[in-house]
This record gives sequence, structure tokens and C-alpha cells, in this order.
Amino acid sequence: MAIRVRKQVEFSFYEKSYLPEVARGVFVTLSHFFHNLFGRRATRPLQTLRYPYERRVYPQRFRGQHRLLAREDGSPRCVACYMCATACPAYCIHIVAAESPDPKIEKYPAAFEIDMLRCIYCGFCVEACPEDAIRMDTGIHTPAFLRREDAVVGRVDLMSLSGQAGTPPAFGAQNYREKKPAGA
Amino acid sequence: MFLVVSTLIKLVVFALVFALGLAAILTWMERRQSAYSQDRLGPTRAHFFKLFGRPFVLFGLLHIVADALKMFFKEPFIPKDADRGIFRVAPLIGFCTSLVILALVPFGPDLVTERWGVIPLQVARIDAGLLLVLAVGSLGVYGVALAGWASNNRFALLGGMRASAQSVSYEIALGLTIVGVLIAYGSTELSAIVNAQRGLVHGFLPNWGIFIQPFAAVLFFVAATAETKRAPFDLPEGESEIIGYFLEYSSMGFGMFMLGEFIEIVVLSCVFVTLFLGGWQLPYLIGDTSSSFLFGSLFGVNNSVAHALDGMLVFGIKVFFMCAFQLQVRWTLPRFRYDQLMRLGWKTLLPLALANIFATALLTWWDPTLKILGHVGVAMILMFVLVVVAGPRRVPAESHGH
Repeated sequence: MAIRVRKQVEFSFYEKSYLPEVARGVFVTLSHFFHNLFGRRATRPLQTLRYPYERRVYPQRFRGQHRLLAREDGSPRCVACYMCATACPAYCIHIVAAESPDPKIEKYPAAFEIDMLRCIYCGFCVEACPEDAIRMDTGIHTPAFLRREDAVVGRVDLMSLSGQAGTPPAFGAQNYREKKPAGA
Repeated sequence: MFLVVSTLIKLVVFALVFALGLAAILTWMERRQSAYSQDRLGPTRAHFFKLFGRPFVLFGLLHIVADALKMFFKEPFIPKDADRGIFRVAPLIGFCTSLVILALVPFGPDLVTERWGVIPLQVARIDAGLLLVLAVGSLGVYGVALAGWASNNRFALLGGMRASAQSVSYEIALGLTIVGVLIAYGSTELSAIVNAQRGLVHGFLPNWGIFIQPFAAVLFFVAATAETKRAPFDLPEGESEIIGYFLEYSSMGFGMFMLGEFIEIVVLSCVFVTLFLGGWQLPYLIGDTSSSFLFGSLFGVNNSVAHALDGMLVFGIKVFFMCAFQLQVRWTLPRFRYDQLMRLGWKTLLPLALANIFATALLTWWDPTLKILGHVGVAMILMFVLVVVAGPRRVPAESHGH
């Protein structure tokens, strides 16, 4: 590619006189000033939010803190299939499977822990889950931890969270082995 | 005795309450106004308590308090090899000289009272007022130059040197632009200049300096901004290259320089308003002795007190907007290079100021009633507006990615 030599910009007398351009410049900054001062919040150029006190509404697909969904009887939807733990590129999910007391269900997670310090919030676990048991729709940022142990969030805590407003209900029937109740 | 008391009261009300108060508010305005001009929010954090779950920041005004507290409680550090005496005195020099200028500015019409006679609303009515403004104003640079020298720091010295060179260059232009005003109004006493700006030109335009001497007004504003080391002329500070003459100052020593800068803004605004914006006068609304502006109309008393209050209010409003304009200019323009600064001072402002004197003298000699001067002035303003609105615009050259 040829080297382009840019010529020195020649200023006209009008531009060298400087003042008209200064006046225009002041007009530009003043227009920003007044737009921001009196303009409507939605349309003004100034869009800063005072973060901890004002929060942006996150989109539905924002990946925040995980949560585990429950069946209607309160037991976890998770069947301890290890799909999420396998899909996880950060190896942050630790599951201990145990036999489910419900004869229709094979396993349940006796322990389901996510190491929040390792998680990269990729959402692969959500995609991998066949049961719609894990979601990242809480809209919560990772909280700050004082100790490393606190960063490992267990099953009870994960199930205590709920999705942010407007999240769709869990797909499928209460139990995928059961048939859909009529009319549902 | 009465003279001493009334002078002291005027001094306290005008110099301490008005000027220093406005300077303190300007430290906030500078941040807030610049932020809004640049689509930022500005100061929002300093607060004492929370109200409705949010910190009570009062538009960021509490930053003034936070700044003052911080300044006072820091260690006033003096470098080992600094000249201790001069180092301590230097911040005071610039600060005091600015305040002295305020004493000469009339901030309201004469107050006529039955008991005490006529009280001029001006701390010192001195016949050589305008000359004293120039003389004292040029003393201010000693503070900067001495601060740079006494710090025993090469960057501070550079800042002080730049300040003195800049001051010398622009003082001449400053003095010469004022000559045009002197020719037109025929007095160096500031309240006489304000009184001379009474009345209307062409029956509707106020007889203000900015309409009689628009060219001088622009030149004066530029030169005076350079004198106060602000806006595009802040080379003595030049925080991105040499940090500035106050480099070694901490605590309130630095605070004095910072506050001094804002007081200089107020002082420059006061002088500009006095010379070019009719001082405390407002045509149509404020007359010779009566007023139908805020106080005059609100309380229905058209006595001298209402007149004086209205005059002071108008003066304050004008000064405030002048200050805001200076801040806006500062946040619009980038800093000059040093050679550009010198070229502008010596090769542009100086000849133009001389030309302005010549033209003003000629037109005043032709028509001592200043009518023709007013015609020319208004024509120049209209031409400038036309050029700004309809002048050619350079389309930015298409730049390819490098």
C-alpha cells in the first residue's frame, strides 16, 4: 500500500481569525450543557446512572447469579445427571448424587455447589440442563465475599433465589416422567 | 468615623461575602458545568448523611465543604531547599491583589439617605480607578512568579517564568484596549464610566461598552483572560506538562492559589461588567433614581434603597453570567502552544488594540455624542454574528484508519 502523505492543512484567513470558530465551539458545549441540564432524562446526552442507587433494568437474557429451580413439592428439579458439571469449562460445579426417595425419580443432588470465584458466567450449564433445573436469570451480580469458603454457594442457597420479574415459568410438567395433566 | 464604618461594611458585603462566596460557588460550578458540557454528571459523592436511602449531596455543593476541610487539614509542606519566607508569602500576594481591585469596582448606584447623605456603593472612589486596576492587576503576577522561584523546583520555576512572560506580553494589549473605552467615556473613574453608559443608542440599544466598543470588549476579554492565566491561556499551570507554579504547594497554600484563580474570575467579570456591560445599570427597568426591577416593583417603594438593591442585584447577575461564560470558554478551548500565545499577544492583539484606539479616536472626534461609534459597533456585532452563523465550515477530511 502506498504511503499517503497528508499535506499541511492550509487555514484560511477566516479560520486563522479564530474567533468565529471559538464562538461556534462555545455554542456546541453550551448546547450540550443545556440539553443535559433541562433535557428529558431519556433523550439527553448524559446517560450516567448513580449505580448503587439507580440501576439499569437488565435484559431477560442477562446472565447473573445462578439459581436452582424447584418442583411444585419443593424438591429440586435437578436429577444429578452431571450434564452441567460436564459442560462447565471452569469446573466450578460440584455435584454429589444420591438416590431419590421418590420412586419415579432416579437421583437427586445431595450436594450441589457452585464456586462463584471460578464461574465465568458462560451459561453453558443452563444450556446443558435437560430438566430446566438451573438458570442464570436472577439478575443478581456476584456478591462480594470475605472468605473463599463463602464463595462456594450450596443447593439451599441456590434454591432460595428467584428469577427477576418476567422470567418464564419452568418448561414441561412437574415431573417429566408424568404425563401432562389435562388442560395444562 | 461614619466613613470608616460604611467602608468596612461595603468591604465585607462586597469583597468578602459576594466575591469570596461567588468564588467558592465557582469551584463547584466549574466541575458541574464542565461535567454537563461533556455529558458527565460531575460531583455526586460528598455528603454528611443519607436521605431516602440516597446520600444527600445537594447537587454536589457539599464538595465545597469537603474541599475546604481537606485543604485545612493537610500538612503545609515546605521543601527543604525552598525559600521559606517567600514560599509562605507568595500565595497571599495574588490573593490580595485581586481583592484590592474589587475595592475600585462600583457594585451599585449611589445610596441617597436622609440621615447619612449620599453613600456611594463602591469601596474606594478613586479618580485614577482604571489605572489602579491595571497597576494592581499586574502586581498579581508577582505571587505566581515568586511561588515558582521560591519552590526551588525547575517545573515550578518554568511555570512562574511563563506567567511573568505572559503577563508582560498581554498587559500592553490590555492597557491599550482600555484606552478605547477611556476615549469614549472620558473618565478613568469606574463609577463615572458606569454612569456614562446610561441611556440608549438608536433609541433601543443600551449605551453599553459592548455596543460602543465591541472590538475592545473582545480584545479586553482575551487579554484579561491571559492575565488571569485561565482558559486557553493556562500555560503557567499547564498541568499536563509542567504541573505549574504551585507544584510544591500543599494544604491551604495550594488552596489559596486555587481560590485565588476563582477570585480572579470574579474580579475580571466585575471589571468587564463595569467597563462593557453597563455595571449595575439595566436600561428600561432601572432609571436614574427609581427602579421597576425586582425590589422596586415588588415592594412598591421607589426609594433609594430599592433602587440600590436592584442595582446590586443586576450587577450580581451580570457578574455571575460573565463568570459562567468564562468557565464555558475554558471547557471549550484547548491550551495554546507557547509560541502561539506569544504570537497572539504581540502580533495580533497589540496591533488590533492600536487600530481600535485610532478608529475610536477618529470616530469620537467626528461625533462626540458617540452616535457614529455606536453605529459602527452595532454593525461590527451584526457582521460577527453573520460570520458565525453563515461562515464557511470546513468539512472534516476523510481519514482512513492507520
